[in-house]
Amino acid sequence: MIQVNNLTKKYNNTTVLNIQDLEIPRGQSFGLVGNNGAGKTTFFSLLLDLIEPSSGGIINHDIQVNSSEDWKRFTGAFLDESFLIGYLTAEEYFYFIGELRNQNKADVDALLKKYEEFFNNEILNTKKYLRDLSKGNMKKVGIIATLIGNPEVVILDEPFANLDPTTVNRLKKIVKELAENPDVTVLISSHDLQHTVEVCNRIVALNKGEVVKDINTSEETLKELEAFFAV
Amino acid sequence: MIKHFLTLEWRAFFRSASFKTNLVFKIFIGLIILYFILIFAAAGIGAYYGLKKAHLEPLQTVNKFMIYYLLADVMFRYFFQKIPTLTIRPLLVLPITKNTIVHFSLGKTVLSFFNITHAFFFIPFSIVLLINGYSVLGVITWHLGILALILFINFLNILINNKDVIFGIAATIVVGLIASQYYKLFDVTLYTQPFFQGLYEHIWMIILPILALLATYYFTFNFFKKDLTLDERLHIKKNLATNQNLNWLNQFGTLGTFLKNDIKLLLRNKRAKTTLYMSFFFLFYGLLFFTMDVYKGGVMQAFAAVFVTGGFLINFGQFVPSWDSSYYQLMMTQNISYKEYLNSKWWLMVIGTAISMVAASFYIYFGWDIYMTILAVGIYNIGFNSFLVLFTGAYTRTAIDLESAKGAFGDKKAFSVKTILFSLPQMLLPILLFKIGKLLGNTDIGIALIASFGILGLLFKSKIFMLIEKIFQKEKYKAIAAYKQKN
Repeated sequence: MIQVNNLTKKYNNTTVLNIQDLEIPRGQSFGLVGNNGAGKTTFFSLLLDLIEPSSGGIINHDIQVNSSEDWKRFTGAFLDESFLIGYLTAEEYFYFIGELRNQNKADVDALLKKYEEFFNNEILNTKKYLRDLSKGNMKKVGIIATLIGNPEVVILDEPFANLDPTTVNRLKKIVKELAENPDVTVLISSHDLQHTVEVCNRIVALNKGEVVKDINTSEETLKELEAFFAV
Repeated sequence: MIKHFLTLEWRAFFRSASFKTNLVFKIFIGLIILYFILIFAAAGIGAYYGLKKAHLEPLQTVNKFMIYYLLADVMFRYFFQKIPTLTIRPLLVLPITKNTIVHFSLGKTVLSFFNITHAFFFIPFSIVLLINGYSVLGVITWHLGILALILFINFLNILINNKDVIFGIAATIVVGLIASQYYKLFDVTLYTQPFFQGLYEHIWMIILPILALLATYYFTFNFFKKDLTLDERLHIKKNLATNQNLNWLNQFGTLGTFLKNDIKLLLRNKRAKTTLYMSFFFLFYGLLFFTMDVYKGGVMQAFAAVFVTGGFLINFGQFVPSWDSSYYQLMMTQNISYKEYLNSKWWLMVIGTAISMVAASFYIYFGWDIYMTILAVGIYNIGFNSFLVLFTGAYTRTAIDLESAKGAFGDKKAFSVKTILFSLPQMLLPILLFKIGKLLGNTDIGIALIASFGILGLLFKSKIFMLIEKIFQKEKYKAIAAYKQKN
């Protein structure tokens, strides 16, 4: 379970995030939607202890993220390309992450085999460094790397952006499968309302750093959200 | 059109990230530049009177060594002068002819720092020549001739840029020429000196360098224009991945995981590779001191040894953790301890220093006591300076662009009071210990003192690591924010 208490983040007296109380139960697939600058990435960065909260904090499975580092054992995240090591090949990168999470080569190979279709023969055995891959292919590598070592919390920032339509559908399938596991909490942010509604069973909309909608996904969710973001 | 280009350049210069540092630093850099200008100018003026005093004909002597001066310039540019290609990408789709773009980007290189510095030597020197009654026309043609040659090198460098083979051949020839001159086998200056002297004596000879300049400009222009498409010249070079298995490192556990990664970092990135080249050059730093009798047995022996063995340690260590800046967020969300992370960097520095210590064995030629000093300072580097550079690194928050070789000569933002505070003892302490040893009796005591300081540091390794870890933890958010800025 992830528990957010009185969390605020300010830059020079401008509040960019202000979440009083938010609880994400274990096993939930949680979607975060909002316009540019709504605070989605800020929230994820706080959850990963990459920036310091101005007040309050986040508890990830009983661990206060900004005072202990134990959450790293069960959390996998991919925010952007700065999570990739440009001078490694995809295989080397996967094995590197695997070794850090106590997975041997065979474990990693088994996982990669499972997602072969997602890679679409463009990632493995290509003799390319990650820095030379296209944006979409970089994203594929980053997303699969978060799944190494069976994390209980998976955080993906804008996973659908930059992907081709086929890959988007494959990714939706992967996320749905993850969400079916009652032990895995999935957190996704997106601009695309439809994709988010399809894969998440709860959606929170942020606007200027505040929670403005918190709904469990149903038939009407997409309409409700579209109405909210309509111009 | 030119006006637009100039505005672009002006903004590019004043809005560059390196310019946005604090005022103190700008003044500091300004003073350094002023210092170099004065040094060059003094050299220009001093060269004349100095050579005269040594009973040498100034112009002829300068012309004698001109070939080496120019060849050194070629080498220097190869490593440090950046070729401005990528900046013109956004211009391609605008309604500007390709000719204009190419002329502009080539013309821009003329104003480069690498051309201007020479002026500070040659202008004062030429003026002094005029004052001392040399032929006005001769001095002017000589001066213009050299200017043309410098610009010739400028364009030549653009043509040969990034072709390691050509550079390798050129470097071999230069080393060969210097060696054969030193051993009196073959003196290239006998053939080149008359040419440079000719620029002064025979006015018509100025045509030769100017023709050479025009020819290279013509070739460079066509070369550039031909490839001015995104899939040729402007395309970002992609290298085929090489396979480095390094599986033998697996036996070291997490340490091995990081070491594997760091070795790949050093071998596969332009900026990191420069560190390796620099470490190689540092190895020969001692030649400056050990070949001169003035420094024999003196404290400068210890000073030189710091750089001979510590080239890699200093160049690499002061940028830990900045080497990992482009993926620092990843590192900070992985299940790793700072201790393991630091340990791998430390071991890499130890390995680098150990290799330098073995490679420096050619200094035995200058005497055993010199090599003993080098070994002792090597131990001191491993046991003491390795920690100091890690302290420096913890406060150095410069995002490193691994793909660009720029900034190898001291990154601007890496400069801070803290950096200086940590880097002074790196050099001063061995000098001090050596001096104390000499005062107590002889150099052997000094050498022993230096080595024992290193061993002392090794004994406290885990304690010191704990301190560095604390700084890393404290600086974590600042580091992430600083590294993100570049991206």
